[in-house]
Amino acid sequence: MDREILNELTVALQKGDAIKTQKFVKIALKKGYEPEQILTEGLVSSMNTIAEKFKKKQIFVPDLLLATRAMNAGIFILKPKLKKQLFSPIGKVLIGTIEGDLHDIGKNLVKVFLERAGFEVIDLGNDVPVNYFIEAIKKFKPQILGLSASLTTTMYGMRDVIKALEKEGLRENLLIVVGGVPITESFATGIGADIYDMDGTKVADKAKEKLKCSNF
Amino acid sequence: MAKVTFNELAINNLNDFVYGHAPKKIKFDNGMVIGGGTVYPEVNFTLPPMQVNKNTISKAYKQYKEMTEGVCQRAMELQVPGLVIEIELVPDMTFNPEWGIETTKIVKEVMNEYQDKNGLKSLLRITPVDVREGNDLEHMWRGKHWDLVMDTFKGCAENGADLLSIESVGGKNLHDDGVMFCDVAKTVFSLGIVAARDMEKLWENIVKIAEETNIIPAGDTACAFANTSMVLAVRGMIPTVFSAIDRVMCAVRTMIANEQGAIGPDKDCGYEGPYIKAITGTPISMEGKSAAVAHNSFCGNIAAAVADLWSNEAVENKRLLGGMTPEICTEMLVYDCRLMNQFTASGNNLLMRDMLVESDSRLDAHAYIMKPSVVLNIAKEIIKGKTHLERTKIAAKAAVQEIRKGFENGSLELNERELNYLNMIDSQLESIPDNEEEFIADMIENNTTEKFDPKKYDIA
Ligand code: B12
Repeated sequence: MDREILNELTVALQKGDAIKTQKFVKIALKKGYEPEQILTEGLVSSMNTIAEKFKKKQIFVPDLLLATRAMNAGIFILKPKLKKQLFSPIGKVLIGTIEGDLHDIGKNLVKVFLERAGFEVIDLGNDVPVNYFIEAIKKFKPQILGLSASLTTTMYGMRDVIKALEKEGLRENLLIVVGGVPITESFATGIGADIYDMDGTKVADKAKEKLKCSNF
Repeated sequence: MAKVTFNELAINNLNDFVYGHAPKKIKFDNGMVIGGGTVYPEVNFTLPPMQVNKNTISKAYKQYKEMTEGVCQRAMELQVPGLVIEIELVPDMTFNPEWGIETTKIVKEVMNEYQDKNGLKSLLRITPVDVREGNDLEHMWRGKHWDLVMDTFKGCAENGADLLSIESVGGKNLHDDGVMFCDVAKTVFSLGIVAARDMEKLWENIVKIAEETNIIPAGDTACAFANTSMVLAVRGMIPTVFSAIDRVMCAVRTMIANEQGAIGPDKDCGYEGPYIKAITGTPISMEGKSAAVAHNSFCGNIAAAVADLWSNEAVENKRLLGGMTPEICTEMLVYDCRLMNQFTASGNNLLMRDMLVESDSRLDAHAYIMKPSVVLNIAKEIIKGKTHLERTKIAAKAAVQEIRKGFENGSLELNERELNYLNMIDSQLESIPDNEEEFIADMIENNTTEKFDPKKYDIA
């Protein structure tokens, strides 16, 4: 079978063109490619290239986001035709910015990095009170909790969340990752967090290692 | 609608566009004149890592008192001709206006003491937090959140503030998305329609409070907008050309405070300040290399070129070998100001300005659009617009053209990735319909989400 169409799919995805990505996924299906092959060789591999380029600072965030959007558009077409297990995420993350803090751009980026790496991410938004975190953890039962704070007056809110989790008996099987502009490694360790990542780009790898997960 | 529309430039001649001098200088009772020839330091400091609540508030007060004493003491020793202190309240001090008001009183008391005993002239800028966000936000212009912001302004104005500012956030959520995707239409809509409407309402009320209390409505900043893009561009996450064009668009938005009656000095982190000064003639506060304690930028020198106050943005209180950080920042600002003022005294201020400009403007698009000659070129175009939306679009278009011209004549370096984005932004601008209603309807239809509800701005 000619690979022409997969190449075109790759180009469309890397350009972040969701409409063309969907179009080429449909054509590939018509041409008889297995959905799994379109997924891995067309969508996932090009997305990995994009992610690599981003890590090396060869492309910008919008390029990454548009490619992610295009990939999701492609997956939307493939999803009903795929064997189920291919789609089970490698872990569930709950993420949010501490109460009183409106800074959420950093957190939003970390969310994208995690989703890209195959995690399912539930975003509680910004200005999240401690009890919302607790309720959401009871409800969604994530393996990972991500906390973000950008102010010197909200960073201790992270400690409050961790303390409340301990009190509720919810701390044990939860991996806690923290970040934000005033947060340091020693602060993170001091409040009992498990992972600190300065710019959020390594958080997925670090979490995977701790969870001993395999790749997407 | 705007109370005043600026249809002409206040500064037409490049030689009149220089630090320390503003056509509409502001004179204060204590003898300080902002924009009258002297650049003064504006020191801004904040709490070290700590929570602010009922149990800790007295500790926070103590911190503010000590920081203010340290700053005033150092300023006095360095014989400054005048000092501005800015307190950006932390969120809890706007959610509990009485805490913000008490902080204002404490800081002002120390400043008054130094003024009376040691002759240290000073002014206090208070910046409440724009807390109008969150799931329980009823409306941008009424309800609990609005009342908190207004009560904080009023209380601080009555209890020692000389200047009022805010980093307002109307339209921010939409703009955030615009930045992350480099989506020009969305950015234009967020600034030219949503933020513009909010600025009118917000500043109408801040100006009223300032008038009632006989203090100065100083100005806003596009911190929530173009500073987000600037910080992202500095980290290599978005193209610098986007942050540059965003900044110029933001000038239209920030200037709405002046249309409503703000008279400057505009707030430090508004790097669109040069545009505000050129168009409205009001003095501006700026930050640059002096704000590296707070965030990074590529325009550390050029930011000072037309500044009337020179600021450090905000530093958290910590001990270093040279003393506490607010005192250290004071010292650094004082020396920068002394040098600039000395150039003025010797008749060489334009030389100094040009060196500040030339040392940065070639290396980064955001720095380039701060170049005084470029500012005047673009500002001339902006004032031709009849509505805020039209002005925002003109600003973007003119910025694209100036950046391209700069690249072509060798005065700005841009790599291929940046150039690609410049072209993309240009073509996105072209595709925005001229018909305002059509544009708004289309934007509302496609962007109404949990995070942006047009009804909270009385749009649609
Ligand atoms: C843009 C901005 C704003 C915008 C926010 C827009 C938004 N949607 O988020 C607005 C205008 C709303 C704002 C408001 C305020 N701000 Co502000 N803001 C900034 C600024 C300039 C950039 C922040 C940003 O978006 N950076 C870009 C992102 C991508 O970077 P990031 O947030 O650092 O995130 C990265 C990492 O930290 C990490 N990360 C982040 N979260 C997480 C989470 C996890 C789990 C992990 C692993 C990693 C991780 O990964 C991210 C991606 O690389 C910073 C300056 C700075 N140095 O950061 C000030 C800054 C944070 N703000 C500051 C202040 C003072 C305020 C205000 C109090 C000002 C006022 N008086 O109004 C208010 C407070 C509002 C509130 N209640 O929170 C101060 C904080 C000082 C202090 N006391 O702590 C700063 C440092 C600037 C300064 N020095 O003056 N701000």
